[in-house]
Amino acid sequence: MSEITTQRVYELLAEVSDPEIPVLSLVDLGVITAVTVQGDHVIIEMTPTFVGCPALETMQNEIRELLVKNGINKIDIEVTYRKPWTSDMISEKGKQALKKFGLAPPPSRQLFIDLDVLEHAECPRCGKTNTELKNTFGPTLCRSIHYCNDCREAFEQFKPL
Amino acid sequence: MHLPAIKELLYKIADDQLILGHRNSEWTGMGPLLEEDIAFSSMAQDKIGQSLALYTILQQLGEPPPDTVAFMRQGSEFHNCIFVELPNGEYDFSLVRHFLYDTGIAIRFEMLTSSSFQTLAELSTKIKGELRYHTLHANTWIKQLGSATPESINRLQTSLEYALPFALGMFEESPFEKDLAEQGIFDGEKILQERWQKKIGEVLAQTRLQLPPWNTIEIATGGRVGKHSEHLQPLLDEMSEVLKIDPSAEW
Repeated sequence: MSEITTQRVYELLAEVSDPEIPVLSLVDLGVITAVTVQGDHVIIEMTPTFVGCPALETMQNEIRELLVKNGINKIDIEVTYRKPWTSDMISEKGKQALKKFGLAPPPSRQLFIDLDVLEHAECPRCGKTNTELKNTFGPTLCRSIHYCNDCREAFEQFKPL
Repeated sequence: MHLPAIKELLYKIADDQLILGHRNSEWTGMGPLLEEDIAFSSMAQDKIGQSLALYTILQQLGEPPPDTVAFMRQGSEFHNCIFVELPNGEYDFSLVRHFLYDTGIAIRFEMLTSSSFQTLAELSTKIKGELRYHTLHANTWIKQLGSATPESINRLQTSLEYALPFALGMFEESPFEKDLAEQGIFDGEKILQERWQKKIGEVLAQTRLQLPPWNTIEIATGGRVGKHSEHLQPLLDEMSEVLKIDPSAEW
């Protein structure tokens, strides 16, 4: 068996997708905050998008399953808030994937001072901002609901956090 | 680090979040409009998730596992304030409680971001960001309905006057105030209450609701020392019903 490297672990983790947003890998989502390899022992630090995220356990199970399948058996996954997740931790690639999926990527959190920023989200279909905020709470904790006046259709946005 | 002091602090915050989270979840399928149904359900999920994270810290400090403390304690062992266990009533009361409570808990976690207890400070930084959505939601509705029609204003005013004595019970002091402040863990209920009163006043000043003078409000205390209203036990019974029927159930 080839030597386990941090890079190899990251490559594998890029294959694990967010159970609620399948187009996004855990790496692009930004929830993997550190990977340490000590011989055959892999230590992964991760942090949830939202503290109450119900997908966290599924994510851990999927990581374990994939690593075991690839010959890595000594795995420790630590959930920490040392480097708390923010929506700015979604990679550029991840933001593009969200948009393609029909989910508006989050605006930079520096801009999120009040509701006004959320008021006119960019529609992932037409790219315009003739839109309205319908609800800051959506089908999952990380999404809000919007309506595009041009497309005349509802869409969701990944919330800035 | 003063362990009993920090445990008391963590338990009361976690219990507040768990119990109000459960109350919020009672709006699932019952909200006055779909958006509010989703909002209260989402806030329930946030709060219960946040209580789990706090119970997990308690477990690391030697307390029983989260499910055990959440589902197996007696009412008198809960440290939540009475405010959060009160039944939802009509939407006006739920909204007023949401506003008064979430303004307070948001300031509490903001204060805790600079706690000398590092684990709690880290978690608080995270939770503070999430609670912003809760306070934005509460403020938006209070401002709108607090200035809308005579009915909406009257309803909110009545609920506000009923809620305030219980709301002040959120700041019932702990026997460890001095230890917590001296060790830089938490600056204390008094400072929190002052900041809360100021914030509540600022929002209500933008409505037609009247805030009674603070010194005329009688404070409903007891929750922090396990003296609860008759409403807590039925809530706990319902919350732990499945576990008590079948302790090995998984879902």
